[in-house]
Amino acid sequence: MRLDMADRQLIDRYQRDLPVSERPYEDMARELGLTEAEVIERLSTLQEQQVLSRVGPVFEHSQAGASLLAAVAAPDEQMDLVAARINRAPGVNHNYAREHTYNLWFVMTAPNEDTLEERLDELEHQLKLPMLRLPMVEGYHIDLGFDIDWEALP
Amino acid sequence: MNLPATRQDQNYLFDTQSISAWGLLRLREQLENGLPLTPRPYLALAERTGLTEQQVMQAVSQWQQQGLIKRLGLVVKHRTLGYRANAMAVWNVPDDRVSELGKALAASPVVTLCYQRPRRLPNWPYNLFCMIHGIDRNRVQSQLEQLVLEHGLEGTPHAVLFSNKAYLQRGGRYVSDR
Repeated sequence: MRLDMADRQLIDRYQRDLPVSERPYEDMARELGLTEAEVIERLSTLQEQQVLSRVGPVFEHSQAGASLLAAVAAPDEQMDLVAARINRAPGVNHNYAREHTYNLWFVMTAPNEDTLEERLDELEHQLKLPMLRLPMVEGYHIDLGFDIDWEALP
Repeated sequence: MNLPATRQDQNYLFDTQSISAWGLLRLREQLENGLPLTPRPYLALAERTGLTEQQVMQAVSQWQQQGLIKRLGLVVKHRTLGYRANAMAVWNVPDDRVSELGKALAASPVVTLCYQRPRRLPNWPYNLFCMIHGIDRNRVQSQLEQLVLEHGLEGTPHAVLFSNKAYLQRGGRYVSDR
């Protein structure tokens, strides 16, 4: 999807450091030479177009609660069905098909470890597929706020 | 191996005499869905959580300082923009080298995520994970080859798992139920 210059500037400037002030969108507008209404309008549209998942905080997972990366090997012809069941499980926030015997990879979060474990047990039981459970041992770089390479995009 | 991902010692319920703990919990729940796109988003959050606008802004600022909020801003869905070649590269590296290699790989501008996870033998022998969010599959392949060369990973058992479909992608819900 091609975005105009103002949308690109909004993304380039505000993937982090969104103002914490009474009128944050007005502050952003002033810095980018737009109006407050225009900033709000653009952010709403970008959200509707699925360019943005939201405007807001990204929580540090180790402080926010419990989370875990898991994978299952679904039979090829049942991928969509198994994926739909995973999506319905409480706390699942990412679910991707990947090219491997373990072909469905998902992240589950919960308020605490016990709840997470219960949810995973329940899902594993429902799916009747052995689940690879891969908690994080050590993070070296976890930040998806990287600079967008607008020139290279289709 | 059962590793705790929750730091029980983390006390985010600061200044509980003047700010209600329930209000803060409700605020965290609301924030997981993002800021309202209205002229005074922190006031809107205050109205939903029974706090004042000042208390909401104070809580958000403190959570940023404490690191509970890692960043505050526009959360991009890269796939929509055209980042369609998402590769998860995994290696089986010796335990005594995983930290050093992880830190080195993490410094590369093409690596968007990098972490250590446990092996699950015999089916999953890999302990070092790198994510590359790329636009073009061939370009990601050559970036990976470059990483292997730069970090002496030739001959290290590895796998590259491209993702061909996202069934679900949204922010983590730690406090809210869904």
